[in-house]
Amino acid sequence: MKIAIITLLVLGFIHQDPGTDASSIIKKVDDNMISNTQISITKMIIHGRRNSRTVASKNYAEGTEKSYTEYLSPAREEGTKMLKLEDNLWIYSPSTDRTIQLSGHMLRQSVMGSDLSYEDMMEDRKLTEVYNAQKIGQETINGRKTWVLELHAKVDDASYESQKLWIDQERFVPLRQEMYAKSGKLLKRAEASDVKRVDGRWYPMKMNYKDVLKEGKGTDFVITDIQFDVKIPEYIFSKASLKR
Amino acid sequence: MKLAFQIAYKNLIGSGLRTWLNVIVLSFVFVVIIFFNGLIDGWNQQSLQESIKWEYANGYLLNNDYDPNDAFTIADGHGHLPDSDTKNLTPVLIRQATIYPQGRLKSVLLKGIPAGQETIALPTASLDSSHANIPVLIGKRMAETAKLKEGDQVLMRWRDKNGTFDAADVTVHRIFDTSVASMDNGQIWMPVERLWELTGLHGQATLYIADSDFQTENFDGWNFESQDELLQDFRDLIEMKKVSGNFMYIILLFIALIAIFDTQVLSIFRRQKEIGTYVAMGMTRMQVLRLFTVEGAMYSVFGVVLGMAYGIPLFIVLSRMGITLPEFYQDMGVNLPRTIYPVFGVELIVLTVLALIISATLVSLIPARKIARMDPVMALKGKIQ
Repeated sequence: MKIAIITLLVLGFIHQDPGTDASSIIKKVDDNMISNTQISITKMIIHGRRNSRTVASKNYAEGTEKSYTEYLSPAREEGTKMLKLEDNLWIYSPSTDRTIQLSGHMLRQSVMGSDLSYEDMMEDRKLTEVYNAQKIGQETINGRKTWVLELHAKVDDASYESQKLWIDQERFVPLRQEMYAKSGKLLKRAEASDVKRVDGRWYPMKMNYKDVLKEGKGTDFVITDIQFDVKIPEYIFSKASLKR
Repeated sequence: MKLAFQIAYKNLIGSGLRTWLNVIVLSFVFVVIIFFNGLIDGWNQQSLQESIKWEYANGYLLNNDYDPNDAFTIADGHGHLPDSDTKNLTPVLIRQATIYPQGRLKSVLLKGIPAGQETIALPTASLDSSHANIPVLIGKRMAETAKLKEGDQVLMRWRDKNGTFDAADVTVHRIFDTSVASMDNGQIWMPVERLWELTGLHGQATLYIADSDFQTENFDGWNFESQDELLQDFRDLIEMKKVSGNFMYIILLFIALIAIFDTQVLSIFRRQKEIGTYVAMGMTRMQVLRLFTVEGAMYSVFGVVLGMAYGIPLFIVLSRMGITLPEFYQDMGVNLPRTIYPVFGVELIVLTVLALIISATLVSLIPARKIARMDPVMALKGKIQ
């Protein structure tokens, strides 16, 4: 009997390992994925019904609330800039030389025809701030062992009531993410691959983002260059920088 | 004066084809001006009636935080009035949503209105008979753009009061047909009680529609806009159309008047002997001048008579049968009835007749003034002066 109790206690202790419980996993994910500042050059490959097109951009981000994007190509999008400061989003178009603030239905439009809407870009909080996590299993994705976590919103104003995450057990990178509506309907799915170590972090260099309610193959984000925790001048995150 | 009319009449009839060409052009101008003005007046009248019937009723009580011209305000521009204050008021809650017809993404305005309302013509009563989980009404334009038909289900995504996404299939219960584009384009209507459940905004409204028994009161946090104020934008649009239409009338009139001017100048040049004879027989220069002016004015009278001869039957037929516009006009986003019934008022006809006669008279007077400076002897000889 004694042995059985000790065994149960030991198993319980193992189960409560603070390093692998769901909340510490998502904390590690936040720590790994979110840096103080970040500068990246990315390619957004938008898969249409007939063909695909690629939009390149240079992105600056500070924490989760400030970001600035300048589109580099194709020629049609070159010079378009986007600034996000907390809940506000502005877009500068060089062809009209005007800056507009996006609101309402415009926020729900897709970003340059991709599966990502402007309001998706507004999502900026850490997982630990918004969700309670629960470990529901383990799976292998592309040869990597993952924990499967179910996240339920602990705040009233979460965009997605629940999420399902597949977290790489060693690198703490979400290799798959599914976002659900309150009704339980799957709304969006993101798949990460080509995980590389950059400046001491494991970071996915390729992401496929898919609005599952829409037809198509989704949108790929490929990072060609990324730097973490570099100093970004404050003027970058100002409206004046849009017209520079 | 009578003599001037008699001579002018005989001269014009005697001129044959030259007269009739001028008269035909003038009659055409007369008919076109009346037709386009009648068309715009008809559009104006019908659209105002339809807007009142379908959209504005007796006016809107708008939440102070909501500005119909600012999409930023939809999320927070709503409030609640106690039941005791909502007599003669129909609540409408507006939210933003996205639908996915055939896998395509389309932004829509989601509007909730009580199914039992009778304040506006929206056929909401039929929603009560639906057994669907979320029955909705959409307009014909919306049905065409989203390729939806009655009974179809379409996936809709929206945010609740806290901003959390929710999604479910909605069923198109009925497709209504209205000329009021602002009730149709990009909009989905559902029972407000259901929208309250879906969004958690119980009892909330973005605006209230006032019925004819509504007495204007001050509601804290709400602003009443009367039917007249709401229709002002449309009236301004019509006014603008009329002004731009005036340019066309001026061009048409200018062409017709040039023809009269040209004829008069030619007459004075070619009819010098005749002018000399008039003067030699005792007519004063002023009488001759009056004769030529009357001739010019008479072109416009003939033009009006001819225009009436074929215009009146045409106007009667058009005002009864209406003019059906091609489908693509419906997508222009303005309130444009499918069939416009032109309205030809007496005021419009009288003003057009006066404008035509006065301008033709003035135009005839300018070359005729030259007669006053003519030497009758030289004129009799037919010498060019």
